[in-house]
Amino acid sequence: MIKFENVTMAYRKDGHPALNDVSFEIADGEFVFLVGQSGAGKSTILRLLIREEKAQSGNVLIDDINIGELREKEVPKLRRNIGMVFQDFRLLPEKTISENVAFALQVLNKTPVEIKQTVPAVLDLVGLLDKANRKPEQLSGGEQQRVAIARALVNRPAILMADEPSGNLDPDTTIEIMRLLDQINKAGTTVIMATHDAGIVDQMRKRVIEITNGAIIRDQARGVYGYS
Amino acid sequence: MSPFITKIRFVLGEVWQGISRSITLTIALVATFAISLSLLGVSLLVGSQASVMKDYWFDKVEVSIFLCTAGSDTPSCSGGPATEEQKSQIRTDLESLQPLVSEIFFESQEEAYNRFIERFKASPISANVTPDQLPESFRIKLSNPEEFTIVVNQFLSRPGIEAVRDQRATLSRLFSVLGGLQALALGFAIAMLVVTSLLVGNTIRVTAYARRREIGIMRLVGASKMALRLPFLLEAIFGALIGGLIAVGVLSLVKGYLIDQIIATSFTFTSFFGWDAVISASLICLGAGTLLAFITAWFGIARHLKV
Repeated sequence: MIKFENVTMAYRKDGHPALNDVSFEIADGEFVFLVGQSGAGKSTILRLLIREEKAQSGNVLIDDINIGELREKEVPKLRRNIGMVFQDFRLLPEKTISENVAFALQVLNKTPVEIKQTVPAVLDLVGLLDKANRKPEQLSGGEQQRVAIARALVNRPAILMADEPSGNLDPDTTIEIMRLLDQINKAGTTVIMATHDAGIVDQMRKRVIEITNGAIIRDQARGVYGYS
Repeated sequence: MSPFITKIRFVLGEVWQGISRSITLTIALVATFAISLSLLGVSLLVGSQASVMKDYWFDKVEVSIFLCTAGSDTPSCSGGPATEEQKSQIRTDLESLQPLVSEIFFESQEEAYNRFIERFKASPISANVTPDQLPESFRIKLSNPEEFTIVVNQFLSRPGIEAVRDQRATLSRLFSVLGGLQALALGFAIAMLVVTSLLVGNTIRVTAYARRREIGIMRLVGASKMALRLPFLLEAIFGALIGGLIAVGVLSLVKGYLIDQIIATSFTFTSFFGWDAVISASLICLGAGTLLAFITAWFGIARHLKV
């Protein structure tokens, strides 16, 4: 259970709040779109959840743990429970696909046996087992994003967050990625996706939280991107 | 394979990537460590040399009165070795000079021999010396060292006394040269160590920039702060150890070639520091280098690794 309680957050530079008194809840296993224009505050919500930022006031809770009050030492543990995917994939260009995924396990001191079992399984899940030994540059954008999703999932997080994952992808590839995220969500993972891609939101008919100027203006189950 | 070995292999792989990506910086780092630690080592060796050259009495007394031995050929020794009578007269006269004479020590031939052997154990001359060749002596501490001429004048050329020496006056110039050399080397060493620590900080900044993707991903998947730090710490310590080993090589050359092959063959009147001094200077250099690398890397990386 994710809970935002009257969260206000301003980046230091301008003082203008990125989030202004925002409250909402996301239950375990939900699929939620955060929609709104660039700079509306979508990414800020994601950044608060992985403690890249701290709110000035209000509480951000995951399973009743107050994220803002975590000690610095406990932050890595929080992040191991949240998978994160970005618009720009963030793969390591000199490592192969399977090494990129294994990297997430290696930095957490997983054993080679564990890595050997987990990596092919998760590459199979995203449909890239046959390309395990290729470098990212040899893959299409959609395939690279699937690698990024595989890496985000390889530690079996309870929550998967995607920040504009389709921003660099064509519509057909976007649909593939959305199917994959839907599949992951149906297997029990909470999925939160920030996007301003109206097409996918309308198509998926999932819960939509719309943010404008740092405030929630709509929270609708089975919503579409806009009212029109 | 145990998780520990896996971990080490993974971390070393990351370290190697960091080193090979900025190879020129790594070379610069190793070179400055080598130079600064060599200078530090040389200053330590000069210090050991000074303490080798100061004999047992050097820091304790001002004036030494050497008595005649069988081999003495100064006019005051024409009567042969100092007699018991002469010795007790000297002692009485010394005691009458109190309070200027604050302490009187007597060194027998046997004691002189033992100290000589101890001091020159590394030099070939120790093999040719017997106790009866070394003079007995009175060693005198003065309450006011400036007035040593009073003592010198009273005992000089008295029968039974071969020589009266103010060893401090003759040796202190040498020691002030050695002390100056040591301070100079130490000063350069400290300046170079400051430069080195700046370079460690700079290397880390470049490495952190080159590794920013990896660091970003490591943070995202929940790597601990220590896991993020370790490659940087190891890279700096690697530079320090390689530089330190080069410095150890330099110090060994100084001892094995410069001292033993060249200087010791032409300056036989004194003995030189031994390999034990080289070993302890080497250990201090390696330890100081590693510690410096660790501290500067630890604090240097903190700015780049906000969790």
